[in-house]
Amino acid sequence: MQVTMTINGESVTKECEPRTLLVHFIRDNVGLRGTHWGCDTSNCGTCVLWVDGEPVKSCTMFAAMADGREVTTVEGLEKNGQLDPIQQGFIECHGLQCGFCTPGMMMTGRWILDNNPHPSEEEIREGISGQLCRCTGYKNIVSAIQWAADHPAENEVKA
Amino acid sequence: MTAVEEVPLSAAGNPIGFGNMKRVEDQRFVRGQGNYVDDVNLPGMLHSAILRSPYAHARIKSIDTTAAEALPGVVAVITGKTLEGIPRPSLLGDNFAWMPTLSYDTQAVLATDKVRFQGQEVAYVIATDRYIAKDAVELIEVDYEALDPVMDAKKAMDAGAPVIRDDKGQTDNSITDVHGNKTWESGNAIGTAEAIEKAKNDPNCVVVTQEILYPRVHPAPMETCGAVSYLDKVTGQLTMYTTSQAPHAHRTVYAMVAGLPEHKIRIISPDIGGGFGNKVGVYPGYVLSVIGTIVTGKPVKWMEDRGENLMSTSFARDYHMTGTIAATKDGKILAVDVDVLADHGAFNGVAQPTNYPAGFFNIFSGSYDYPDAHCKVTPVYTNKAPGGVAYACSFRITEAAYVIERLVDCLAAEIEMDAADLRLKNLLRPEQFPYTSPTGWEYDSGEYEKTMRVAMEIAGYDELRKEQAEKRARGEYMGIGISFFTEGVGAGPRKDMDILGLGMADGIELRVHPTGKAVIRLSVQSQGQGHETTYAQIVAHELGIPPEDVEVVHGDTDQTPFGLGTYGSRSTPVSGAAAAVVSRKVRDRAKIVAAAALECSPDDLEWELGRWFVKGDKERGKTIQEIALLSHSSLELPEGVEGHLDATAVYNPPNLTYPYGCYICVVDVDPLTGQVKVRRFIAVDDCGTRINPMIVEGQVHGGLADGIGMALMELIAFDEDGNNLGGSFMDYLLPTAVECPDWELGETVTPSPHHPIGAKGVGESATVGSPAAVVNAVIDAISPFGVRHADMPLTPANVWRAIQGNNVRTDMAVE
Repeated sequence: MQVTMTINGESVTKECEPRTLLVHFIRDNVGLRGTHWGCDTSNCGTCVLWVDGEPVKSCTMFAAMADGREVTTVEGLEKNGQLDPIQQGFIECHGLQCGFCTPGMMMTGRWILDNNPHPSEEEIREGISGQLCRCTGYKNIVSAIQWAADHPAENEVKA
Repeated sequence: MTAVEEVPLSAAGNPIGFGNMKRVEDQRFVRGQGNYVDDVNLPGMLHSAILRSPYAHARIKSIDTTAAEALPGVVAVITGKTLEGIPRPSLLGDNFAWMPTLSYDTQAVLATDKVRFQGQEVAYVIATDRYIAKDAVELIEVDYEALDPVMDAKKAMDAGAPVIRDDKGQTDNSITDVHGNKTWESGNAIGTAEAIEKAKNDPNCVVVTQEILYPRVHPAPMETCGAVSYLDKVTGQLTMYTTSQAPHAHRTVYAMVAGLPEHKIRIISPDIGGGFGNKVGVYPGYVLSVIGTIVTGKPVKWMEDRGENLMSTSFARDYHMTGTIAATKDGKILAVDVDVLADHGAFNGVAQPTNYPAGFFNIFSGSYDYPDAHCKVTPVYTNKAPGGVAYACSFRITEAAYVIERLVDCLAAEIEMDAADLRLKNLLRPEQFPYTSPTGWEYDSGEYEKTMRVAMEIAGYDELRKEQAEKRARGEYMGIGISFFTEGVGAGPRKDMDILGLGMADGIELRVHPTGKAVIRLSVQSQGQGHETTYAQIVAHELGIPPEDVEVVHGDTDQTPFGLGTYGSRSTPVSGAAAAVVSRKVRDRAKIVAAAALECSPDDLEWELGRWFVKGDKERGKTIQEIALLSHSSLELPEGVEGHLDATAVYNPPNLTYPYGCYICVVDVDPLTGQVKVRRFIAVDDCGTRINPMIVEGQVHGGLADGIGMALMELIAFDEDGNNLGGSFMDYLLPTAVECPDWELGETVTPSPHHPIGAKGVGESATVGSPAAVVNAVIDAISPFGVRHADMPLTPANVWRAIQGNNVRTDMAVE
């Protein structure tokens, strides 16, 4: 079947099987490999991206379900050669080691801040609790999101 | 905590040497531009999937692949019978159905006669896409005759127990190592037995015995294992992109397994999504992807799914330990004996140095001063997955640290002594270093009490005890747990450490280009450790080159010198030392070039960071960058001195390094539900010199989360029929940000005296040291109920049972 969606602002049309998972569509059919796959059971969250501005686990959706919708992946965070504050925060605070969970964590972190520009530590921990990291023990991921909260991009609406 | 040395900054703001530096590798990772194995797609590449056994123990009567082969898109279906028919020109057997393990045992690549664990590889499908490969797996019909499985290690040696390794002509489930031993003993058996017997008969002494299980767990890195293999039939070159923590060792193993010439094999271990030991072993899936490309002539990708990862590739621990500790009633430890039943699964696939089949478990005597210690480890086969190196264990030091730290707490409870006081009374003293342990390890350096006092101060230990007493009086159950661990990491001295005969020394190459930029090529491989940053810092520290001017190359056997890879916290102790040594060789060469240019004797020169200058005339000198260009120029060099500025080194460590630390965990337990809340966790590590403190602390954070996971939730258990009860992340629980507290870290710095820059390994310290702190805290919390021990994982159900006085086997299914 043919699936059309907007990915990081660009319209993309690709052939795929009806059963193709969104994560495989994005990785294999479209070729954006920043979104990862790490479990069979929607537990790990390495596949988190946004559909219509909401984070989803893309291993739990068919590509066909995203037809006509707007998808944002980690590749869409950087704008005009400028890293998003969430990306810079992960660098500044050593919020990553192997980097495998990082795209999903950053997508959720960005969404948390978009909806709550000054989250408490507890709100951040709760917000990323659907995702797993084996390297960082989470502390520096929390710090990275806090850093981004403290350093909004100039074009961000100040809340 | 410690005085920070003044380190000059480069133009880019990075320390020219040691200190916090943002990681070079982050630039690609935050952009989603990492290159992991599943990101590798070669032209014409095929995909593959493995059919796995639903039984733990069964005879294969027949396999029918007709329907699978008929499915459009399927290129090949391979069974054990197919592999038996492929001749292998190697010394290790005449066909491909079996492969050697890292412990001189054999393991089935695809089962031929029997399946021996649930999840074992039975057939292999190669297809044009990953969905078709999975579809075809479903179409393979296997006729099994179910056999009774051996799921309880304690029953493995019972008379009449089903024999698992009949393929080897065995008549029981014992394991014999390459030296012909069926048990692995260490320490002073007679002295320890006598000391314990004497204590039993002395009214001023106590002897405490406790059964302690370290259950089977799994490293579960976020990226599963996988490979993309391509054999170019024209050139004979096999290229393999694979999740390998040890690319060079793997290449040698593939040369042995496949009979391919080693120089025609190129292993590329690109970005690796976490290892923790899971990616040390050579698994059937890797070998099958090689066979797949040999059979099809096309590149073949194999990626595990998560269930396959948890059920088949590697496991950790599974040590059933009985510890006995003898001490005086006022708390002086006299002797410790540990008897271990080691569950190795269906194939002995542990990756330990040959002379250490139980790994470094015999460092269990720990951080305390007492003369007599002894352990005996008895390994057995069971119908479980093979493996056993994994999960940040420092070669089984995790089990060792856990058993001694639990025993010390059991002793403290018995003699009603504060757990901190008991430890302080027995810790090794600074003047005892270098210290030879009762089992023969030579601890290199340590100031243990100092480290423990720092931890107690951060924790506010006395205040915590007061708070606990007040809470107990009101019926609230708060616990404080301490763990003091010592590791021996950095395997290792090649005189007695090798894996499959490969000595554990590591090569390195450093080249300074004419313009003063440099490239360093490592034998070790990063799975998130940040080598591209820290190795540049080591070169910067030794040569004064800005770290951003040093390119770090790793993870490709064609581009790097031989070495045994990254696991067991060995990169910094071995390869990090090599980086310092090779930099000093370059510095020595630079001195000769500088002398020639300055028309003086090399003896007249003095070094300051980044340049050689004439003693007493600081203005007259040459920077490393100037020397680099001179070394490539027409400058006349002394006879016998080659031009250019480069060097190689192979570092053979004289000893392990011995990092240590003191961890304090504070928990609150709800006695009605058994729920444990980790409120605080204090970790003070001493890993000697810290190259990049930010990275050290990050690694400690990760290991502490592991400790919470293992202590409270992670478990691979089985039911009696052999079903794996931890085969997905629905069942194998990992800690999230909500279960982890805001780690409180401290440090002391006691450099290693034999390491060129005084550094010790740290990657696994927290994983090794933290489980005991968590468990000790929980037991401390529920000790008013008369509980002295309960086995991990301390899930709410298990804590509740312990409170009820009803401890159960946590490794077996509970009704």
